[in-house]
Amino acid sequence: MTDLTRLTIAQARKALAAKEFSAVELTDAYLGAIAAANDTFNAYVKVTPDKARDMAKASDARLAKGEGGSLEGIPLGIKDLFGTEGVHTQAASHILDGFEPRYESTVTANLWAEGAVMLGKLNMDEFAMGSSNETSYYGPVVNPWRAKGDDKQLVPGGSSGGSASAVSAWLCAAATATDTGGSIRQPAAFTGTVGIKPTYGRCSRWGIVAFASSLDQAGPIARDVRDCAIMMKAMASVDEKDTTSVDRPVPDYEAALGQSVRGMKIGIPKEYRVEGMPDEIEALWQQGIAWLKDAGAEIVDITLPHTKYALPAYYIVAPAEASSNLARYDGVRYGLRVPGKDITDMYEQTRAAGFGREVKRRIMIGTYVLSAGYYDAYYLKAQKVRTLIKRDFEQVFHAGVDAILTPATPSAAFGIADQEMAADPVKMYLNDIFTVTVNMAGLPGIAVPAGLDSKGLPLGLQLIGKPFDEETLFRTAHVIEQAAGRFSPEKWW
Amino acid sequence: MSVDTATVKRVARLARIAVDDEDAERMTGELNAILGFVEQLDEVDVSGVEPMTSVIPMEMKKRADAVTDGGKAADVVANAPATEENFFLVPKVVE
Repeated sequence: MTDLTRLTIAQARKALAAKEFSAVELTDAYLGAIAAANDTFNAYVKVTPDKARDMAKASDARLAKGEGGSLEGIPLGIKDLFGTEGVHTQAASHILDGFEPRYESTVTANLWAEGAVMLGKLNMDEFAMGSSNETSYYGPVVNPWRAKGDDKQLVPGGSSGGSASAVSAWLCAAATATDTGGSIRQPAAFTGTVGIKPTYGRCSRWGIVAFASSLDQAGPIARDVRDCAIMMKAMASVDEKDTTSVDRPVPDYEAALGQSVRGMKIGIPKEYRVEGMPDEIEALWQQGIAWLKDAGAEIVDITLPHTKYALPAYYIVAPAEASSNLARYDGVRYGLRVPGKDITDMYEQTRAAGFGREVKRRIMIGTYVLSAGYYDAYYLKAQKVRTLIKRDFEQVFHAGVDAILTPATPSAAFGIADQEMAADPVKMYLNDIFTVTVNMAGLPGIAVPAGLDSKGLPLGLQLIGKPFDEETLFRTAHVIEQAAGRFSPEKWW
Repeated sequence: MSVDTATVKRVARLARIAVDDEDAERMTGELNAILGFVEQLDEVDVSGVEPMTSVIPMEMKKRADAVTDGGKAADVVANAPATEENFFLVPKVVE
C-alpha cells in the first residue's frame, strides 16, 4: 500500500470519497508517522490520538452515507495558539501551564464543521514571538530539511515552526498557523511549503491567543497551493464574535487555480533589494519574474518608499499591543501561579517565572513605549508611519498593479542556536523584513516555494495582493508552482 | 533615546515582572539595541499624517443589547490555580 501520509488533501479527499481507504486508516497512518518521528522534530507539543480516531470514525460514518464536508476525514495539526476545547492550549508558554479552554476557536470550529480530524497541537515560538521556533517553552523544532552532505539541525522558522515542520515532514496533511509579522510565510519558505496570511479580518481571531491584535491573522500552511486554497476556504468566515471579522462572503479559492495570469500587472518593488541579500535570493526573484512574464503577465517596476521603516515601526506597535494583551497572565485566572509575599509580588514572581526571555523583552519594550511621556514619540509616531506604509501600497494598486512579487525571506533556513542571532535580537528580527510590511498594511500575502539554494535548501517567493483579493494570489502562486515544481525533503529520519 | 538600569527596573515594575540586578543589566543592553533600531523612524516626516486606527476601513460592528451567553461561572474559573465556590482566590489585598 502507498504511504497515505504522502497524499495531498485534494488526493486524499478523492480517495476517501471513492472508499479506497477509510478516514481511520488515514488518521492511523499519520498517528504512526508522528509516533515514529515526533521525538526527532519536536513538532507536536500534544498528540491527541483518541480524539483523532473518534473524529475519523465519525468522518467514516458520514462518508459511508455519501455525506461530508470539504475536509472530511483529513488529519490536521493545530498550532498551540488556537483554543481547542478540553485540549492543551498554552501558546507554547510556561505561564499557561495546564490550560484547557472550555471553548473552541472559531477557525478550528470551522475546520471540524467541514469534517477535519485533529491530530494534536503544534509547537511554536512562545506567544508567537520569534522567527526560529527557539523561544518555545517546549524547546526548538527541527526542520526536516538539511543542507546537502551536512547533518546540522536547522530551524523551521517561526513562529509557526511546528506547523511548517509537521507539514513538510508528512506529520499532518496541513496545519493551522498564525502570522503577526511573517509567522506563516517565513516558516513556509524555510520548509518548502505553501503558506498564506489572508487579509486582516478574513479569519476570525476569536479564541486564538492574542499577540498583537491589529496585526494577528490566522492562515494555513499546506504542501501545495491547491491544499492551501482548500484550507483557506474552510478557515475563513464571517464571525459575530470578532468585531474585526469582515462581513464579506468567502469565495471558492480553489476555483482561482488554473486561471491565466495573462495581462496581469505584477509589481517589482525596488526597496526589497536589500544590502547583504545573497545572490541566490536575487536569482530566485529574477526567475520568478521570468516565469510570470512567460505566462503572459506584465512586469512593472514599482516603488514602496516607506518599506525600510516597516520593521522598526512593527517593533513599536507589536510589543505595545502585546504588553497590553499579555497583562491578563497574572496567576489568578489560568495557568501558572508562583506564590509571593503579597499580591503584587505574586504577580511579579508568576510573570518572571512564566514568561521566557523574548516575551519579557517585548513586554518591556511595549510597556516602555506606552509609558507616560513616550506615547507620542513612539507609539503614535509608529502608527503614523504605518499609515504611510499602507499608502505606498494603495498608490501602487491604484496605478493598476494586481499583485506584488518579492522574495519571502532574506536567507534560507539557518542553524539551531545560531550564535549571531542569539547575540543580537535585531538580527533575528530582520528575518521578517519582507513579510512585516504586509501585516502593517493588513494585506494578504502568500509564500510559495520556488527553488533550492546551492546547499539544497528551499527558498520561497512572496506575492502580496489587494485587500480581500486572495484569489489573485492563489492563481499567481499556482503559476509559479507549475513552473518551479514541488519540493520535499529527502527522508533521513 | 536610551534607557538606564534604573529605568528598566521601573518599567519591569510597571509590567509586573520581577527582575534582579543581573536581569536588569542584561535587559538594559537588549532594550537599547531595539530602541536604537527603531530610532530610524526619526527620519520620516509624519507631519499632517493621521495615525492608523484600522487597517481595513470598517465601522465597528455592534450587536443587539441582549443576553446571549452566561451562567458559566464554573467554566470561567475552571482553569484558575485557586478557587472556592466559583470565586478566584488571591492573596489578601485588604488588611
